[in-house]
Amino acid sequence: MSKKKTNPSQEVYRKKLLRRRKPNRSIAGDIVLYLFLVLVALIMAFPIVYAVGSALKPLDELFKFPPTILPKHPTLDNFSDLFVTMGKSWVTFTRYLFNTVFITFMGTFGHLLVASMAAFVLAKYEFPGGNTFFKLVTVAMMFTGYVTQIPNYLILNKLGWIDTYWAIIVPAFASPMGLFLMKQFMEGLPSALIEAAKIDGASEWTVFTNIVMPNVKPAWMTLIIFSVQALWNNRASIYIYSEERKTLVYALQQIQSGGIARTGQGAAVLVVVMIVPIAIFIFSESQILETMASSGLKD
Amino acid sequence: MSEFFKKYIALRRHNFRVMLKKAKQRKMCYLFLAPYAILFAMFFVFPVVASICLSFTYYNILETPRFVGFQNYIKLILEDDIFLISIKNTFMIAIITGPLGYILSFIFAWLINELPRWVRSVAVIVFYAPSIAGNCYVIFSVFFRGDAYGHANALLMNMGIIDAPKLWLIDPTYMLPICMLVILWMSLGQGFLSFVAGLQGVDRTLLEAGCMDGIKNRWQELWYITLPSMKPMLLFGAVMSITQAFGVCDVTMALCGYPSTDYAARTIVTHLFDYGFSRFEMGYACAIATILFLIMILCNKAIQSLLRRVGT
Repeated sequence: MSKKKTNPSQEVYRKKLLRRRKPNRSIAGDIVLYLFLVLVALIMAFPIVYAVGSALKPLDELFKFPPTILPKHPTLDNFSDLFVTMGKSWVTFTRYLFNTVFITFMGTFGHLLVASMAAFVLAKYEFPGGNTFFKLVTVAMMFTGYVTQIPNYLILNKLGWIDTYWAIIVPAFASPMGLFLMKQFMEGLPSALIEAAKIDGASEWTVFTNIVMPNVKPAWMTLIIFSVQALWNNRASIYIYSEERKTLVYALQQIQSGGIARTGQGAAVLVVVMIVPIAIFIFSESQILETMASSGLKD
Repeated sequence: MSEFFKKYIALRRHNFRVMLKKAKQRKMCYLFLAPYAILFAMFFVFPVVASICLSFTYYNILETPRFVGFQNYIKLILEDDIFLISIKNTFMIAIITGPLGYILSFIFAWLINELPRWVRSVAVIVFYAPSIAGNCYVIFSVFFRGDAYGHANALLMNMGIIDAPKLWLIDPTYMLPICMLVILWMSLGQGFLSFVAGLQGVDRTLLEAGCMDGIKNRWQELWYITLPSMKPMLLFGAVMSITQAFGVCDVTMALCGYPSTDYAARTIVTHLFDYGFSRFEMGYACAIATILFLIMILCNKAIQSLLRRVGT
């Protein structure tokens, strides 16, 4: 946090009381807590480790009794099977992969742009209706998307977007969560920065693209991870019915319903599906936490 | 009296004119807001209104909606036994996993808060990963498989607790508990991240001051200092967990099938899908959606007013 100037007397106090241990903590309590945390972390990580383990298992190990958790002879056969055996079906695995990547990329990009533009004016300018609008957005965070699914279907149908990628991409632009986080984060940006740029003759758009956006990069990452998480895992079975436009998660379900023989491949798709959001999160964790620090919901 | 009204109207008119003038000055604000506002109105505000309106009609997509008054609601509550099951299941799941998941998120965020920096970031990844791992929960269907190759069965059989494999995901007695377990496993989500970040932002000087003022242990410190300074994050986390708790359907559909045996794992959202997209009774489905919407909003308001009292 911010470093404050400390006068000598405070310095003494710090040394005596706080240098070695934080106040109000006992060593025994700390040890118990750490043990507990390690235990819970193992339980939390187990299913994911198990999923990765099964994806690497050769066929004979998948059906051993008693079942094992980690493979003895790890192979990548299941992954290559995905491309080889499914390469022969009329919608190939790469096509499912492309659909999901395309939807995720377009949806996230549009969401980032549209939500940041709105968040910028909501955070930095006072204008009639602005606060009311923001309150509406926070109310929208309070119910799930399932509530609006049926009218959404009817609207998308009127627009003629059913069975196209846009049926998933465009509604994702308006996700309330992204706007909320972006606005809260932009409020922390000093207004003097914007005013200085205006005095130098910058237009609103230049202020937005050259001053505001480069300064809220942590919030970008947060919007990206939440948007990717929602779109990457989108099954899209309601809005899209053509096989060649279905997504990876849908393919995953198909493979799993293929029964016992497809168990290994099912686990492999599972790993493909989950690796992307987790990887993005690992790389951007500190920035996401920085954004979430301003995520509080004020009255 | 009439003079009062006149004054009131004059004031209103004046305020309106001031507002209009302000709005004119800030034209570009509306331009920036427009793309989001239009999409938001189209996919969030309008659908809620439309859903409420359609819930009073009979609508099957092919014919134009026909007004039927409260018939959908009456049928839902008085005649539709499966809906009552789904309400019961949803509330069971929400009441158990919602508060528990919320409290667990906070406790873990609080516990890892004091770890060294790099340990903390590893811990955040481990705890948060299940909720972003997408469909990773389907691995539980392998884990709880009904034959002897499933881990749960194998483990219990080896220990001699059961002698024949149990049909975990087909037998109604085990369905809900297993779903709750999986949901709890995934419950350290956005609220958890918000708590982790919020705890980092708690003012250190407050803790030191508390120590001087006679706070003795970490529990007192938690209640009197940490919780009150995290109130906004607590509210945010509550919104997230309520929304998730009542929207449960993916997990139950993936694990227990759709429809599940005896409808034992049916939730409100599953029921909504059934009527909306299998039977195309849109009016009826909208009535379900409206009820779900009301439950969620009311619950959120109630919890928020409760949380405002924390630490006082």
